[in-house]
Amino acid sequence: MAPLLEARGIRAVRLGRPVLSVEEFSLGEREFLSLVGPNGSGKTTLILSLLRLIALREGTILFRGADVRTVRPVHRYRQNFAAVFQEPLLLNTTVYNNVAEGLRIRKRGGEETEASVHRSLERFGISGLRDRNARGLSAGESQRVSLARAFAVEPEVLFLDEPFSSLDAPSKELILRDVESALGESQTAVVMATHDMAEALRLSDRIAVMGSGRILQAGPPDELMRHPADEFVASFFGYETILRGAVEEVLEGSFLVSAEGRTVEIAGSAAPGSDVTFSLSPESILISREPLERVSARNRFAARIDRIIPAGFYFKVHLNCGFPLVSYITGHSMGLLDLREGEEVHCAFKSTAVRVLQMRGLQGGGGRQ
Amino acid sequence: MDLVVQGIVRAAGLLASGDREILEITLLSLRVSGGATLISTVIGVTLGAAVALNRFPGRNIAVSLINTGMGLPPVVVGLWVTLFIWRSGPLGDLGLLYTPTAIVVAQVVIAAPIVTGISLAAMQNIPEKLRFQILSLGAGRARYLALLVREARLPLLAGVMAGFGGALSEVGASIMVGGNIRGYTRVLTTATVMETGMGNFEVAIALGFVLLVVAFIINYVLTSIQQRIRS
Amino acid sequence: MAGTVRRACAAFSAALVVTILAASLAAEERNVIFATTTSTQDTGLLDALVPIFQKKTGYFLKVIAVGSGQAMALGERGEADVLLVHSPEAEKRFMDRGFGIRRRVVMHNDFVLVGPESDPAGIRGMKSASWAFKAIAAAGVLFVGRGDNSGTDVKEKKLWRIAGVSPEGQKWYQQTGLGMGHTLRVTSEKSAYTLSDRSTYLSMKRVVDLAILVEGDPDLMNVYHVIQVNPAKWPKVNAKGAQAFADFLVSKGAQELIANFGRERFGTPLFFPNAVR
Repeated sequence: MAPLLEARGIRAVRLGRPVLSVEEFSLGEREFLSLVGPNGSGKTTLILSLLRLIALREGTILFRGADVRTVRPVHRYRQNFAAVFQEPLLLNTTVYNNVAEGLRIRKRGGEETEASVHRSLERFGISGLRDRNARGLSAGESQRVSLARAFAVEPEVLFLDEPFSSLDAPSKELILRDVESALGESQTAVVMATHDMAEALRLSDRIAVMGSGRILQAGPPDELMRHPADEFVASFFGYETILRGAVEEVLEGSFLVSAEGRTVEIAGSAAPGSDVTFSLSPESILISREPLERVSARNRFAARIDRIIPAGFYFKVHLNCGFPLVSYITGHSMGLLDLREGEEVHCAFKSTAVRVLQMRGLQGGGGRQ
Repeated sequence: MDLVVQGIVRAAGLLASGDREILEITLLSLRVSGGATLISTVIGVTLGAAVALNRFPGRNIAVSLINTGMGLPPVVVGLWVTLFIWRSGPLGDLGLLYTPTAIVVAQVVIAAPIVTGISLAAMQNIPEKLRFQILSLGAGRARYLALLVREARLPLLAGVMAGFGGALSEVGASIMVGGNIRGYTRVLTTATVMETGMGNFEVAIALGFVLLVVAFIINYVLTSIQQRIRS
Repeated sequence: MAGTVRRACAAFSAALVVTILAASLAAEERNVIFATTTSTQDTGLLDALVPIFQKKTGYFLKVIAVGSGQAMALGERGEADVLLVHSPEAEKRFMDRGFGIRRRVVMHNDFVLVGPESDPAGIRGMKSASWAFKAIAAAGVLFVGRGDNSGTDVKEKKLWRIAGVSPEGQKWYQQTGLGMGHTLRVTSEKSAYTLSDRSTYLSMKRVVDLAILVEGDPDLMNVYHVIQVNPAKWPKVNAKGAQAFADFLVSKGAQELIANFGRERFGTPLFFPNAVR
């Protein structure tokens, strides 16, 4: 099937400096694609280019297989999309008018507009703010209005540019849940820019890692994790160990996942056969020179030390126990254990220390493929 | 000093009795300066938005010209407008000199740069990202401009107020292109100058007072609108 | 995006054209531009004369009150149709160069030399205005001139010439560049001397601290002429309207009105009609 949105060899220049150079970009129907990269890596520029908000030096963008330059006037093209930016860029009028604006621009009828706005306000839990001026809202409320406005027009592609970055952790979690449920009900494809890999892993079907205006690597999260194209891409995953596997057996209160030829026990519940992407935080991994038999941790493996990297108050220890694993240990422990690269050690972590990032059931469960 | 007191007392009497000539002069002032402000608003907001939202060669020169225009001395405007609308001037056939229209034209030349300059600043202050957001909603050019104008309505209104103030209070251009003709082109400012010259201080004081009150009322109304929009 | 600029320019031009068209519809032959001296307006004479003329003829008279010099400058360019001025020598030059036709005497009054009651230069009662000027120069007391090429200004300069004094650049000599009314007020504030036409002085008398110190010198005669601008030089001039107003000024009715103007308010006429035969 032809991709929904495609770009080939697009380049953009700002103040004489190349800021974007993407050979290949594609987005499928209903796909959730994250653009991950540090500030200045070209994520926003790519989104603005796809929206035709900035001029391209060269290259082609195709929407449903047709060159978008043939779509005139340009605002007709943009009406296929909706965008939410980091700061909630709301108009100085009521919440209702903000959410209704996109529908009015698309000349939807009064009743349809009213119904869509109502639905969208409900979905983001802001019906009570309907008649308030949008400029007097909290950061979380404002971003909800911005999201409601984007969802109200039922776009073919939704662009999210760091939509959660300026929110505190609790509001972010609540909004993320609402976005997940809204996406579950809609048909829209999504392009989200973020510098937070956890966010990307939680939501994405595919991730494109960007740096210096280029897409360095794109693919499903686990593929990127396991085969990072270069160190830059790897660095985005380096701070956490991320693994993928299939559920083998369901126990009481936990389940066993086979990953990279090893079995990992994870606390929680899952359907047998589900695909699970999970991470291990480096703080929760114990290292010992002796086999760890008398600890309560359910997951115990023999491992080899690949690298030891000093990082201030602690050391990053890269282990290989059939799959790559990173552990943080303090300088004090380091002194006691006297670890060296290449040595064989034992490691362990509790089943509750495993964080499930994504789970796809065989029948329906996760749904968004 | 008693001249001042006497003047104020008689001015109050003139106003209280609803002196017809003062009333007519006031209405003419409002019509002329109001008309000039209206035209200046159309020109100023359009031009201000065009310069604020576009990049083109010579843009810095255009911005400098507009800013210079905000402080045009009315007499210089009066002189140049006169030169153009002389009977022997390039627009002489229109017979504009010494008509209320001529004053409107001159006041547009004075007020339009003021409105343009403030509109330009107002539109430039709208963050680029908000402009992207509006465009990403799929807005066409007309809707885009309308939304930007709505976003900048407070500073734009301030620009209109400043333009109206400039038009209503200038005297140099009005007297040169209007001629201060009784019952025809005599406006509050030119009448004040003339009555002062004739030693009719009470009339001059009354006219000056009306000028202040009119300016106050208009600004009060506009400010009220502004406050209501804000709340 | 440059299209917006073009569209804005178009909108600007359109607004201008609409304004101008609307205006041109209003302009027509009924308008007569009448350039005159400030003294005729400042005294209120025109407010008495003009409505009668307009009612009688249906013309709309646009009165532009400037100095005699500027009035004739307007006439020279064909920007005025008819003039009422009081600067005989300049008027002659104007006529000689063919800019005017049918110069007719309308009325006269006289100039007076006014100054502070205390009269620091001691000129009170002098029979010759030029002697008085000489005395003011000798005493170095401030004299305020108009300096605007008006009829009064020209007269004042002529008197300085007769007196053999060149006041320009002297410490005791200042010029306002303003009309007679304003100049009288400046003179009063500075306790100085000035030359004024009697009518403006009388109408300003109650608001200035100035007294008449020298009067009655034949050199102080002030004669007003009406001149029609020559339509042969400027075809756009409203010759008919100019003729009508000039005829009106020298008509019996207008002359009687002039003779009586100011009696009620000032107790003495401000102008003396000359055209009645």
